[in-house]
Amino acid sequence: MAKYIIKRVLLAVVTLWLIATITFILMNMVPGGPFLAEKAPSEATLKALNEKYGLDKPLIVQYGNYMSRLLRGDMGPSIKQRGRTVNQIISNGFKVSARVGGISVLVAVLIGITLGSIAAMNRSKWIDNVIIVVSTCGIAVPSFVVSTVLMIVFSVKLKLLPTYGLSSPLHYIMPVMALSFYPTAYITRLMRSSMLEVLGQDYMRTARAKGLSQFKMLFKHALRNAILPVVTYLGPLLAYTLTGSFVVEKIFTIPGLGNDFISSITNRDYTLIMGTTIFLAALIVTMNLMVDIAYKLIDPRIKLK
Amino acid sequence: MGNTLVDIKNLRVSFFTPAGEVKALNDVSIKMEEGEVLGIVGESGSGKSVTAYSLMGLIPYPGRIVGGTIDFNGHRINDMSEAEMRAIRGNEVSIIFQDPMTSLNPVYTIGNQIMEVILLHTDKNKEQAYERAVELLTLVGINEPAKRMKQYPHELSGGMRQRVMIAIALACEPKLLIADEPTTALDVTIQAQILELMMELKQKIGMSIIMITHDLGIVANMCQKIAVMYGGKVVECGTADEIFYNPRHEYTKGLLRSIPRLTDKEHRKLIPIEGTPVDMLNPPAGCPFAPRCNSCMKICLGRMPEYTDLSETHYSACWLLQKEEFERRGQGA
Repeated sequence: MAKYIIKRVLLAVVTLWLIATITFILMNMVPGGPFLAEKAPSEATLKALNEKYGLDKPLIVQYGNYMSRLLRGDMGPSIKQRGRTVNQIISNGFKVSARVGGISVLVAVLIGITLGSIAAMNRSKWIDNVIIVVSTCGIAVPSFVVSTVLMIVFSVKLKLLPTYGLSSPLHYIMPVMALSFYPTAYITRLMRSSMLEVLGQDYMRTARAKGLSQFKMLFKHALRNAILPVVTYLGPLLAYTLTGSFVVEKIFTIPGLGNDFISSITNRDYTLIMGTTIFLAALIVTMNLMVDIAYKLIDPRIKLK
Repeated sequence: MGNTLVDIKNLRVSFFTPAGEVKALNDVSIKMEEGEVLGIVGESGSGKSVTAYSLMGLIPYPGRIVGGTIDFNGHRINDMSEAEMRAIRGNEVSIIFQDPMTSLNPVYTIGNQIMEVILLHTDKNKEQAYERAVELLTLVGINEPAKRMKQYPHELSGGMRQRVMIAIALACEPKLLIADEPTTALDVTIQAQILELMMELKQKIGMSIIMITHDLGIVANMCQKIAVMYGGKVVECGTADEIFYNPRHEYTKGLLRSIPRLTDKEHRKLIPIEGTPVDMLNPPAGCPFAPRCNSCMKICLGRMPEYTDLSETHYSACWLLQKEEFERRGQGA
């Protein structure tokens, strides 16, 4: 197990290096630069700015400088957000996004597993049909529609929930609902189909023949087998949700990380582009490793090699 | 013989599928004494497994009992609630399934799965249940039981897993053990070992066994009483000797003809039963075997024959037998 984890961590370093390199090359291949706004600065200003951020040097030198700083954990200053470092921006944004995102994933997993199991156990009955229709809608409706509808209902009409910021627990309700809508629907569907498969297995018949109660059959024998597909999905889901959503954060005015992913690109904020990309990649790699370990813990047949 | 343990009377079970009602069991009556080994033989879809499952209240969706009664060990099974049924399952009646490879839960240890049923039906605490589980593993002939307790099903061979299934089934010393083709998925040498083990345990524990199989060889060796099923009906029932040496139903005769014999000359062709099994969605009005029967008469297609008693223990449902009896009576008069 320890050997396996070390191997995976080494592989992860290689993956991250490749991602960083490719991003660096692509980013610099796109014409234009961070200082080319509508009103172009004077020749002299431009030269001074490029010099300040080291953008005047040959690309290979820039790459070398960036990588050596990155190895020390320093992702450099943001080019467009004056006076803030990329490390600061990511850590501040991530704290906010991860809190909202973490709650959303938790909600999605709890509700998704429950609804999926209920649907599977009541196959073809009305409650199953209702759950299928609702979860299909959940997958089809984009988050900006969900957010807007929530706002109209709970803020504009009912005047129950605040529309922006995160200053109280009440403020979390709508963003969490908007963020967890899609994953809840997706997990429900995953859970339903894998639960249906498990319920038809011979060992469930054995469990029943032993005289076990429905509750014990479901929670002991079925759930642990049926949950594997959900765990697989959980890896990337966590990585993407914890880093925030551009749309939901814009709509509810949440100072999270999701916004920085998009704005860094439109702003050509080179260091921030690199920073957010590497951060997301690292998170995905970590989550995938954790999923694989969780797999091993859930199903003893799985061998980690 | 002792008391009646199982008394199934006119049992009818149907599966309500989207394509229509499938009458899996049509007027099945089987009686069994305590300590007996009953063999139920028949081809796939003849209703032998459904008969056993209905005894445990395990008929899979969308099937249900539509008529008849099942009495087992003083319980009227078809009147019992799910909760009452649970107290009996795994306790008074247990079952061993066909495929040991898939019948154990892959994510729990052997020990966990054996102890589960002990903890459920007895007052034993965890340590006592553990000891009992080790004892059971020893009983079913598994070496190093303490080590096996910690292993997962995928770490054991098929024969070992079937032994574990037997250990689970015997955990609470049931009155009746149902073996649903217990050796079909195992290779021949292991088959013999498992059957031997079952007979040995039957002696030790003193339970009754219902052996469901399509292997007449197994039945001949193990069972005192045999019920031959075809198309959801018991077509012939009798002692092993009666069925093997004096088969009276055309289907039983066909079955026996189709077994290869060691004394046969080389290259003797096996005699198959021609035709295909009954379509249970549209069963024939008369005898279900009539379309495949070489001695089929007009009446066979239109009406199901009554049982003819051939001895105290032997009866069969065939128009030929009814005819014989009619003629005999005619002569007598």
